[in-house]
Amino acid sequence: MSNIGTDRVKRGMAEMQKGGVIMDVVNAEQAKIAEEAGAVAVMALERVPSDIRAAGGVARMADPTITEEVLGAVSIPVMAKARIGHITEARVLEAMGVDYIDESEVLTPADDIYHINKSDFTVPFVCGCRNLGEAARRIGEGASMLRTKGEPGTGNIVEAVRHMRQVQSEIRMLTAMSRDEVMTYAKEIGAPFELLLEIREEGRLPVVNFAAGGIATPSDAALMMELGADGVFVGSGIFKSANPAKFAKAIVEATTHYQDYKLIAELSKDLGEAMKGLDMGTIEAHDRMQDRSE
Amino acid sequence: MTTIGVLALQGAVREHIRCIQACDAQAIEIKRKEQLAEIDGLILPGGESTTIGRLMDSYGLFTAIQDFARQGKPIFGTCAGMIIMAKSIQGQAKAHLGLIDMTVARNAFGRQVASFEAEINVPAIANDFRAVFIRAPYVVEVGDDVEILATYEEHIVAVRQGPFIATAFHPELTDDQRLISYFMDMVAQAKQ
Repeated sequence: MSNIGTDRVKRGMAEMQKGGVIMDVVNAEQAKIAEEAGAVAVMALERVPSDIRAAGGVARMADPTITEEVLGAVSIPVMAKARIGHITEARVLEAMGVDYIDESEVLTPADDIYHINKSDFTVPFVCGCRNLGEAARRIGEGASMLRTKGEPGTGNIVEAVRHMRQVQSEIRMLTAMSRDEVMTYAKEIGAPFELLLEIREEGRLPVVNFAAGGIATPSDAALMMELGADGVFVGSGIFKSANPAKFAKAIVEATTHYQDYKLIAELSKDLGEAMKGLDMGTIEAHDRMQDRSE
Repeated sequence: MTTIGVLALQGAVREHIRCIQACDAQAIEIKRKEQLAEIDGLILPGGESTTIGRLMDSYGLFTAIQDFARQGKPIFGTCAGMIIMAKSIQGQAKAHLGLIDMTVARNAFGRQVASFEAEINVPAIANDFRAVFIRAPYVVEVGDDVEILATYEEHIVAVRQGPFIATAFHPELTDDQRLISYFMDMVAQAKQ
């Protein structure tokens, strides 16, 4: 007898992506460049986050034509984004055969209270988190993979760093707590008690946690690995750079060899201009994608 | 003490390290070719075979692992590792290490929604083994010198050729150490 869609199969898929780079792409041509550069997966989108930010308005699931084009172009896994709480967009993506769904704050949320109950699906989900409470709630809903939210489409690493450090530091605090303290902590951060006990026992999350939101250079990717990320998502960074193929390859190698600083120096030479970044202070509160859900 | 290396360019490295340690052997992550001198056996983990293949090419690991194999040192590949070890890959002009005389098909069971786990028999090694298949390959053809260790629904999912062994599934994702123990025995014999 065989079972599909088990936790082991869904979380295991994300385990296989560890140490790798997942790249945002908007067409087959970009998907092939990403695969050729050594991406472990691609995220099929209609627009990269920086263009979504620039365009404004409501951002939704990509046109299925684009997703299908990318599915047909590469042999590596293909991910796609559904709006937070948009059960139907997620079902549509599952029906098209995408390998992973990102229930993503980069798109305009469809539900400002509830996330999708991801345990109901055969396809696995990745969700964003800024802290342990958010991470635990998403795992409780059935997310099989996490990523920092960072601040997408900014080319500014500061928020991804903040979120990665926050989650790690809260896990370290948790491992030092007694059982009675964990119950109160669970209440304070709005996290499932049993799940916190499990995290406390293991000293880590039961799913992988990638870095995302603002990674713009090979050094940024290596920094996130240094801080304990299991891998990285690069959104606008690659195809907004001057030489995407070279840039993509450099990010892949810097992620694998994140403590080989001479190599990273070599990889960072002559990459051309990285995407123009945004300072956090210039982003209005209502334009902060990371605050769209909790 | 036996030392087993896990190729740590990308993929399920942590899980294999844990399994090796559970079998009371020493485990090290291999990122550079010089490290191959320190180990008695090598595991090629699951991950993305295109990514791992590319990173192997860039840093001289490719020929270094082929040299390691020529010395008769055992190598165990799981999932992507199986693809990396195959002599030929269906639909692709170029293979990677070409250590086992077999042709593999990538993502042969389908996309992620078709990924599954099932009880399979690996006769003489591990009956009723919980095998986890994730976007897994299977073997479509083997040469005369290749021993078929297991099949699932008539597809070949585990093989051995001399000191080389490969599975389409992920023994490292369960707590059942029988297959890794089998590999440890191969390593111990090769050391003598």
